[in-house]
Amino acid sequence: MGDETIKVAILGSGNIGTDLMYKLLDRPGSMELALLAGIDPHSEGLARARDLGVEASAQGIDAVLERPDIQIVFDATSAKAHVRHARLLRETGRIAIDLTPAARGPYVVPPVNLEQHLDALNVNLITCGGQATIPLVYAVSRVTPVHYAEIVSTVASRSAGPGTRQNIDEFTFTTAHGLEVIGGAHQGKAIIILNPAEPPILMRNTVYAIPAGDFDETQVHDSIEAMVAEVQQYVPGYRLKNPPVFDIRETPWGRKPVVTVLLEVEGAGHFLPTYAGNLDIMTASARRVGEVFARRLLSRQEVYV
Amino acid sequence: MKAPRLTDTTLRDGSHAMAHTFTRQHVREIVTALDRAGVPVIEVTHGDGLAGSSLQYGFSRVPDLDLIAEAREVAERARIAALLLPGIGTRRELKAAVERGVQVLRIATQCTEADISEEHFKMAKDMGLETVGFLMMSHMRSPEFLAEQASLMESYGADCVYVVDSAGAMLPHDAAARVQALKATLRVQVGFHAHNNLGLGIGNTLAALEAGADQIDGCLRGLGAGAGNAATEVLAAVLDRLGINPGLDVLALMDAAEYVVAPIMPFQPFPDRDAITIGYAGVYSTFLLHAKRIGEQTGVDPRAILIELGRRQAVAGQEDWILDVALDLARKQKHAPA
Repeated sequence: MGDETIKVAILGSGNIGTDLMYKLLDRPGSMELALLAGIDPHSEGLARARDLGVEASAQGIDAVLERPDIQIVFDATSAKAHVRHARLLRETGRIAIDLTPAARGPYVVPPVNLEQHLDALNVNLITCGGQATIPLVYAVSRVTPVHYAEIVSTVASRSAGPGTRQNIDEFTFTTAHGLEVIGGAHQGKAIIILNPAEPPILMRNTVYAIPAGDFDETQVHDSIEAMVAEVQQYVPGYRLKNPPVFDIRETPWGRKPVVTVLLEVEGAGHFLPTYAGNLDIMTASARRVGEVFARRLLSRQEVYV
Repeated sequence: MKAPRLTDTTLRDGSHAMAHTFTRQHVREIVTALDRAGVPVIEVTHGDGLAGSSLQYGFSRVPDLDLIAEAREVAERARIAALLLPGIGTRRELKAAVERGVQVLRIATQCTEADISEEHFKMAKDMGLETVGFLMMSHMRSPEFLAEQASLMESYGADCVYVVDSAGAMLPHDAAARVQALKATLRVQVGFHAHNNLGLGIGNTLAALEAGADQIDGCLRGLGAGAGNAATEVLAAVLDRLGINPGLDVLALMDAAEYVVAPIMPFQPFPDRDAITIGYAGVYSTFLLHAKRIGEQTGVDPRAILIELGRRQAVAGQEDWILDVALDLARKQKHAPA
């Protein structure tokens, strides 16, 4: 394998695309960032790419299609644009890692279900709240069945762009669905809160889980700690604010033990400010997914050559 | 001053004080009493709005959609309103609430985040509803800033925008300045929603009326979050004495408060030390019961928790920060020299 790499491109030269560019340059791993493509010739992201020696284009998807050597494409544009991009990328055999809400492929959370979708041509990163909280719900459900999981994501107002603001319902639907199908909860619920405090707050998530039956607190505690360590490998600012709390609450299913996990996500500050952990976890997860796909492509090439 | 329109929110804001335990029977009795006494709009929803039933805020004993249907069935003249907080409730619950009989939709956002409500206003207007915008925690921003946010809601289709003193932190001149700023900017109506944490529920409502408010809120017995709201029966008496009674039966509302609501209340909301602290620290009134419970669990004075939440600029709906702050303070207490 040695120094071999897979060429990748980023679609979208906004904040997310630019932050991802910095992450890929900082830790390229098995990837080589060959192109940043936007549609606004005056965008700051494209100018930064050129300054850093990365090929930049304002021709959007067309610039990617002209480069058959690019095998993986990160899409940080919009849901609407990705619907079109997904088709074009699939037709030309590229792997698409979708950071938009378009969801043309399966949802992936790296430490939970990425292994199941290694042959997919298009994967979706759900939501920032999903990337942050689904690993913790899964950490509980892998040791004891979870009847109900509820998450509250609080993000700094400044880190919530127009896409999030105009489609805030999609956050709750998509995240709740992810808690169920990937997190393993029988029933999921998601809440998002925008906090305008100055200076801006770090992304905060609270995860509540109601196990279906009796469970061992130590086992749940250890599983959560292990999962946090695993996510920290690709999101260094991912940490518990306190050890998991266990208490008894009134619920529609009677008095039940509830596991409460208080999580904080601090961004790495590659391009986005450190308070925007919600955006950082998306670009960091995307990089992780890209790395796993790139290694797999490289190992396949070895076999075929 | 002109006669304002009154919305009674005993069955929504009161849901907090009741720990979300309202039953169909409660709704039937309270709606009947309010309707007969001439209250034109009655709000019925989980305290945190549609889909508010959760571990974060407390589960509803009876689904609020069922309570809404019950209210609509017994109301003869009054219109039934529901509250929706984007980020908690969605267009799905909005549609379901309309199917169960909601006629007025109140859409609430933190007062800095009006732009998350556009889709919900559009859908409500498309469905033929009357719409009201609710700028929560309005004490946290200047009158000019609020007027800009209110204009956004107006542009999305709000028929009225409320200055909401969710923390009960305003003094009368704060309420008046904010209502005035909205009146000077909007073409649609302006409302005011008070909490009584500093004992100013009625006083602030009066200041808002003098500043031109078209709509106001009340709860029977003041049953609401924190130290409760402006009491509907007191507002009725005051408006009547001012000569601007919008058609409320003052004595019937006193009876409704005394014989229908008082007997079912778990406690009388009033400015006790924790509730005063909410107004004083400027935090969300619904934090009251959660802070008391978590304070007891962690051995931390609820007032210390509330003041720290104010310092961290917690906003509407952030009940999960209460445990967070309490655990931080408990750790500090443990390590503090005796």
